[in-house]
Amino acid sequence: MNAKQVDKIATGILYTIAGFVILVLLALLGYILVQGVPNLSWHFLTAPAEAFSAGGGIGIQLFNSFYLLILTMVISFPIALGAGIYLNEYANQKSKVIEVIRTMIEILSSLPSVVVGLFGFLLFVVQLKLGFSLLSGAIALTFFNLPLLTRSVEESLRTIPNLQREAGSALGLSRFETIGHVILPAALPSIMTGVVLSAGRVFGEAAALIYTAGQSAPALNFADWNPFNATSPLNVMRPAETLAVHIWKINSEGIMPDAAAVSAGASAVLVIAVLLFNFCARYFSKVLYRQLTSSK
Amino acid sequence: MDEIQEALTKTSKATKKDRFGRSVSLLALILILAVVISIFWFVASKGLATFFKNHVSLWSFLTGTKWAPGQVDAHGKPLVGAAPMIVGSFLVTFLSALIATPFAVGTAVFMTEISPKRGAKILQPVTELLVGIPSVVYGFVGLTVVVPAMRHLFGGSGFGVLAGSMVLFVMILPTVTSMTVDTLRAVPKRYREAALALGATRWQMIYKVILRAATPGILTAIVFGMARAFGEALAVQMVVGNAALMPHNLMSPSATLTSILTQGIGNTVMGSLENNALWSLALILLLMSLVFNLVIRAIGKKGAM
Repeated sequence: MNAKQVDKIATGILYTIAGFVILVLLALLGYILVQGVPNLSWHFLTAPAEAFSAGGGIGIQLFNSFYLLILTMVISFPIALGAGIYLNEYANQKSKVIEVIRTMIEILSSLPSVVVGLFGFLLFVVQLKLGFSLLSGAIALTFFNLPLLTRSVEESLRTIPNLQREAGSALGLSRFETIGHVILPAALPSIMTGVVLSAGRVFGEAAALIYTAGQSAPALNFADWNPFNATSPLNVMRPAETLAVHIWKINSEGIMPDAAAVSAGASAVLVIAVLLFNFCARYFSKVLYRQLTSSK
Repeated sequence: MDEIQEALTKTSKATKKDRFGRSVSLLALILILAVVISIFWFVASKGLATFFKNHVSLWSFLTGTKWAPGQVDAHGKPLVGAAPMIVGSFLVTFLSALIATPFAVGTAVFMTEISPKRGAKILQPVTELLVGIPSVVYGFVGLTVVVPAMRHLFGGSGFGVLAGSMVLFVMILPTVTSMTVDTLRAVPKRYREAALALGATRWQMIYKVILRAATPGILTAIVFGMARAFGEALAVQMVVGNAALMPHNLMSPSATLTSILTQGIGNTVMGSLENNALWSLALILLLMSLVFNLVIRAIGKKGAM
């Protein structure tokens, strides 16, 4: 066999592998959507879940997922922004301490989410007696989200050319003013891309939430918006099962007759949400591109 | 004169603001470090209690094959052998990486070397999207597609190591693929040109030049995928069968560290041996993710030379 034949065979094999992978990935995506989308209806998206009978919805879980996402972002974004700014703008890049800190952040990002969840359970649910609550869940998700968000903020800041910083200094601005008025606005689209992508991850996370935000979704009174009332949707101290936890729960211990249909529908909602987050991220990076190239 | 001197020598408003901003951002960074340290501290102190407070020997914990933390054996020693879970975890991790590697590398080569246009148009967006799909969705698909298929093909319940590996294989495939694509793209163009100029066929160029140059990056991608597979909890827990038994074949229901953890931690009392033993499993998970991290670093350092 000469080299040319080998080349042809190898190319054929590579085509087969790529074709197979496309097939598997598209089949997976298609399966989720085909199984799930027919179950979607206004009733399914808004009705509360049923424990023992068919016909339940995912209304409360869907609300919980979004509310938890917002809470997590409100807590984690300022911290990640601060840490990212320090790492890229203030820190001495050659210092050993900063290197160690970067390593630690990397380790945090590689920890299994179940371990992060158990830590949240131990510290907030048990020791600080917050109980299974949205707040515990949001803090656990913050731990899980911080390293990635910090890195994406840091990388966004790094892409801003030093020329901008020098220009700020030349105008007599302090470093802080330069960051606030020059660097951050320029880095904003890229930071937003990172935020939206991490939002997709947070939205689908379940392992970190089982023992922090809990596995029950008590009925909510959507007319009551006082965050201190027990049945108010805004109350952060109530247990809150999210969509992803719901899928896990009904598949591992659910006894409702339509568990498969409910989880198919809920999976489709999760996947569609992730799709939407992805599109948003793409939109922001398009804005970024336009800004950088000043094209229309 | 004094006024002017004072105005010139006192800290300006801008400096004060700058110091404020600097300390606030430093504080945020310190907070993250505090989180990392306290995770290690809490999990280690809980996980080590099995050995120091309950006096289980480390050796019997790591090699014992009977997991029944509520009971004691003939010598009155508690039955906490974590070997079935440790073996289960490593088995699903290695199997899924073993299946995923040829597909991921093959697809990545296809996307960068053979058909960049189609790669960018179809494969890139699909893999990027699938990286973000929640793991419970993978678990659900595993439960409704993979497990019945296994039952049909091999008999038995369908739950087991093989089903777990298949689910993890599909789950880590997009991650490993997109990371491999990144490393292949980073191989300088002149390598390709040089190889082709020497008369190499495309396959010779790929096999003898590009894949060799990209080996450290590809290894990093695989280890990264393995770390993800090792730490994955729910998707595996849904299909692996959750029986804390030594897996005697690929189809027998078994358990992983993560699956026993998610199942057990809510049903045990804080501070009891049952609970501490579960925290020891969490500690193993923590240490393993550290090991994966070190391996990735070591590969990176070697690749940089």
